[in-house]
Amino acid sequence: MSTLPLALTRRRRRSVRHTLDVRVSPYAYVAPFFLLFCAFGLFPLVYTAWVSLHEWTLLSETQEFVGLGNFSALLADAYFWNATFNTLSIGVLSTVPQLALAIWLAHLLNRRLRFQTLFRVSLLLPNVTSVVAVVVIFSQLFGRDFGMINWVLSWFGVGNIDWAAGTATSHLALSVMIMWRWTGYNALIFLAAMQAVPRELYEAATLDGASTFKQLRSITIPMIRPTIVFVVIVSTIGAMQIIAEPMLFGQSSGGGGGIATGGPDRQFQTLALFVYEQGFANSTFDFGYASAASWLMFLAVVVVAGINFLITRRVKGGLV
Amino acid sequence: MTPRIRLAVPLLAAALLTAACGGGGNTATQTSSKPGEKIKLTVGLFGDFGFKPLYEEYKKTHPNIEIVENVTQFNDHHTNLVKRLATNAGAGDVEAVEVGYISTFTAQPGKFVDLQQYGLDQRKADYLDWKWQQGLSKDGTQVLGLGTDVGGLAMCYRKDLFDKAGLPTDRTEVAALWPTWEQYIATGKKFAAADVAGAKFVDSPGEIFRAMVNQAPIGLYDAQDNIIVASNPDVKKAWDLSNQLTQEGLTAKLAAFSPPWNTGFAKGSFATIICPAWMTGFIQEQAKDASGKWDIATVPGGSGNSGGSHLMVPKQSKHPKEAAELINFLTSKENQAKVFKEEGTFPSIPALYDDPSIQNFTKPFFGDAPIGKIYSEAAKALKPQHLGPKEGDVRVAIGNGLGRVEQGKQTPDEAWAQVLEDVKKIK
Repeated sequence: MSTLPLALTRRRRRSVRHTLDVRVSPYAYVAPFFLLFCAFGLFPLVYTAWVSLHEWTLLSETQEFVGLGNFSALLADAYFWNATFNTLSIGVLSTVPQLALAIWLAHLLNRRLRFQTLFRVSLLLPNVTSVVAVVVIFSQLFGRDFGMINWVLSWFGVGNIDWAAGTATSHLALSVMIMWRWTGYNALIFLAAMQAVPRELYEAATLDGASTFKQLRSITIPMIRPTIVFVVIVSTIGAMQIIAEPMLFGQSSGGGGGIATGGPDRQFQTLALFVYEQGFANSTFDFGYASAASWLMFLAVVVVAGINFLITRRVKGGLV
Repeated sequence: MTPRIRLAVPLLAAALLTAACGGGGNTATQTSSKPGEKIKLTVGLFGDFGFKPLYEEYKKTHPNIEIVENVTQFNDHHTNLVKRLATNAGAGDVEAVEVGYISTFTAQPGKFVDLQQYGLDQRKADYLDWKWQQGLSKDGTQVLGLGTDVGGLAMCYRKDLFDKAGLPTDRTEVAALWPTWEQYIATGKKFAAADVAGAKFVDSPGEIFRAMVNQAPIGLYDAQDNIIVASNPDVKKAWDLSNQLTQEGLTAKLAAFSPPWNTGFAKGSFATIICPAWMTGFIQEQAKDASGKWDIATVPGGSGNSGGSHLMVPKQSKHPKEAAELINFLTSKENQAKVFKEEGTFPSIPALYDDPSIQNFTKPFFGDAPIGKIYSEAAKALKPQHLGPKEGDVRVAIGNGLGRVEQGKQTPDEAWAQVLEDVKKIK
């Protein structure tokens, strides 16, 4: 083929191969993620948007284009707004105390202790238990007639609370379940950030006579701000998507009709559960409506997470 | 990466999790079998049908058949089946369908195997006529499902609690207390007045409502499959009476089939419960320690049917012939009698009703009540009712309405208005 000396061709070939390696390999390495992401992330996202513009049920042969009809119907649907309210209410009730508690726990563990590893591992235990087990157990604890929590409250003269029936009480019960699962997990993330705060600062503060609480407020929290911002965002996103807890809570506490309505009065139906109800929990399988609801939910998540991001970033100095 | 982008990644990922939520059935991949090869049949049920001993027996005569049972929760089972039929994947070879959903499926004859191909139309003579009709396609030309059991109604009650409340305990005397539902409520008031510790008169109004509607000649649907909840006076009457139970404080507020309801059995939290034949199996399962305390009387308000099932073969099945043969076996006269004696689900084969082994059948658990006789009478007196395609969804809407009244959220009238709104949305 070529009249060049063999050694030169070989060298050139090698250099071509080398350039290719340098240029192309990185893409090859990240390709699996992007391929999977496109198949299981991007495609469903776009397809859901497409479905949401149609009168689309599982059982009908034809899908009629209705434009934004599903969205306008949703905005007029009281049950959708009820689910939005419940989601925000459960979100606030579970996230705010959870993060405060997580910072405090991390602060406690951020010193020399005996059995340090044991404590840190046990923080993660609630998170690795199956959510089903957690909700079933907690539903029993929150039982109306034979629940342990009502039994303890009865010592203080509080009557039998029907936790699943009331709006506020059911939100409280669900928030406890969510906190149980996620507080330790977030505490570990905070702890990791706290480990990176220079020790000298604490030593100096101790010499100046600052209490541990003062140190937490004036040193620790400002130093781990980026981590706090991250955890707030991630927790917000998680809280907006709660589905397993209310679904199983409804099933385990028993309240008349289906399990996807979050109680007979929809008192604890979250947005994700609403989407499930419309799309999968009845014999209509209204995919168009459910897809529109998931897109509105997506927008709600973005808005709420964005607001939280701005708030957390704005707060100067101590957060507490 | 700028912070903004770094933030965008988890945001986007989260959004995907939100938007991309799809359910998938696991598809059983089976190759068509050659003679002599093992054939695996999957049977999809929504509870314990008492079939396990029957499978063992069947395998003895059919060594090449392997049977796998999948049991799911009642509502999930039926909605999953709808999904799997629509996507043409994941359904079992034999699927049980409860009577509340049977019309949903017989309206889609193209999705099921016509069992006439395998000669099961010969079984017509065995069955209660209305039970046979329920399993036919809408136009009546295809046999899609064979009945397993019927749910003739009775009322189960706790003798010990009745005794404490100063009420009679003998089943004929108890039956005489409540020829009508109004008298049943009046008895409940007497029970409540006696203030028996830790016990209410009835578990919850949900199943009672269903029984009352089922006793009417026409229920939630008319013959043309229009929902007539708003216009049918019998439905409204059932609604009013059920809520009267709640308002008089006679219910233990324990929704049927929930875990607290199961606990309620064990603790003796309620004195009466509506008892379609299959319920006796539940009571025995849940109230293990209460043997001899429960008894059975006739139901107020005449006869009716609550529940009962059919077995069907989805078109997807790779082995329709074997599946049809298995259904024929599971629903045979002898086996329906066997299952009744074990599980309490009552046969849909009238020839058995006068069979001495059924007529004289008693159970020590129910104080030797003549179970066979009671349910035979109930089944003979049954007048069938037409059921519509979205029966299950309508029931959920009404059940939630009863629940709202029970939880004190709404008055019966407010709840009824919302039920009608909800029912209107069911397409």
